[in-house]
Amino acid sequence: MDLTLKIWRQANAQAKGKMVEYKVTGVSPDSSFFEMLDVLNQDLIEKGEDPVAFDHDCREGICGTCSLYINGRAHGPDSGVTTCQLHMRKFKDGDTIFIEPWRAKAFPIVKDLIVNRGAFDSIIQAGGYISVNTGGVPDANAIPIPKVNADAAMDAAACIGCGACVATCKNASAMLFVAAKVSQFANLPQGKIEAKRRVQNMVAEMDALGFGNCSNTYACEQECPKEISVSNIAKMNREFLSAKLCADVKDI
Amino acid sequence: MSNSLLNYASITKKISMSIIGLFLAAFLLVHLTINLMLLLDDGGESFRAAAEFMGKNPVIKVFEIILFSAFIIHILLGIILWFQNNAARPIGYQRANITKTSLMSKYMIHTGIIIFIFLGLHFIHFYFVKIGLVSGLMGEDGHPDFYNSALELFKQPLYVIIYIVSFLALGFHLNHAIQSGFQSLGWEHSKYTPAVKAISTIYALVISVGFTIIPLFILIAGK
Repeated sequence: MDLTLKIWRQANAQAKGKMVEYKVTGVSPDSSFFEMLDVLNQDLIEKGEDPVAFDHDCREGICGTCSLYINGRAHGPDSGVTTCQLHMRKFKDGDTIFIEPWRAKAFPIVKDLIVNRGAFDSIIQAGGYISVNTGGVPDANAIPIPKVNADAAMDAAACIGCGACVATCKNASAMLFVAAKVSQFANLPQGKIEAKRRVQNMVAEMDALGFGNCSNTYACEQECPKEISVSNIAKMNREFLSAKLCADVKDI
Repeated sequence: MSNSLLNYASITKKISMSIIGLFLAAFLLVHLTINLMLLLDDGGESFRAAAEFMGKNPVIKVFEIILFSAFIIHILLGIILWFQNNAARPIGYQRANITKTSLMSKYMIHTGIIIFIFLGLHFIHFYFVKIGLVSGLMGEDGHPDFYNSALELFKQPLYVIIYIVSFLALGFHLNHAIQSGFQSLGWEHSKYTPAVKAISTIYALVISVGFTIIPLFILIAGK
């Protein structure tokens, strides 16, 4: 496969970036998207040019490190996959591929296609955990949990925090990410103890970081590599409303 | 946490938007019922009676204030949300997003603006006449004759086109708005959500088709 790539190049956070065109030839349709970029980068290195910087780590779809907004879609033209799981057979010989970084005020560009997703860490620090301050490891199944709740919690916990929801949302809203993290705990008895405080603090942090508001276009659900459902957003809205209405004034 | 309007939590804004929006949507059905009386062949007797009831009943007077406040807050919140959402992505993409979403969910502000412009026209033609800001067609009793003013307006093809475009926009707005309002309120359930989505579409159709047939009927029947 011979391809034309248009890639966002930006030297650093302050620099002014632009789209730069590259040609890659002889790409195997069986190679992954990153292997194709590796070929390009090897070529650039041999020419003495600066290789394209992009985030990647596990390359098996579980770490949430990879990003890339490819031809108008987060993680490219496939559904339910991360960019590292995207294969070149999803493109045609002679295609022009636009590769851009995630775009959001809360995700500043570090270099080229790499953005700083530290905002997600701040949201987690605001309440995305369960406090276990003392004692040994509890016995498995000591707390009975209905299967349906355990499944819902596990589905929400599948979120790898890649930021595709923010990247694809027309409002750059982080609602699906925050909802997955809130819902993961709200479905379990262990998470109920801090539930009211958690949802209020995480939403306040999300708003303070400059993410947009949810307008229920459900684009996030379409692009989530883990196919997290927007029903988690409804659950978070319920949790938030009941926390705001019913939580004790001291419980914040 | 700050509680000023601009710093309301994002979800609080969405919940306010939903409650007010659903209230406005419910009001549309009341308005449609009265407007459909224009089609009755009684020389406007039922329409005038309904208009008089709406104009004089003290409960309706209170309701009118709530309704106006709802419109103003809904519009202001919509604008605030739009500005905040734009600010959340200062630099856009080179390639426009092609993710599949529901047809009109991305264009709520646009359909909203069309409805707002129509609302302005509607106020000039009716409400401002009622409160005496603008002069309009008067009846024999010295009160504004809304029955004949409506019929006169519907005889102007340009007005009818603006009217139909506005109600199409309203239909698209409602189709997303109602199910979205339930989602924002957290009313999501594996059993009921499909029904909520269906009702949302049906309601949008009833409102937009219901209002649209009135001028079409009057034009065709040459009332």
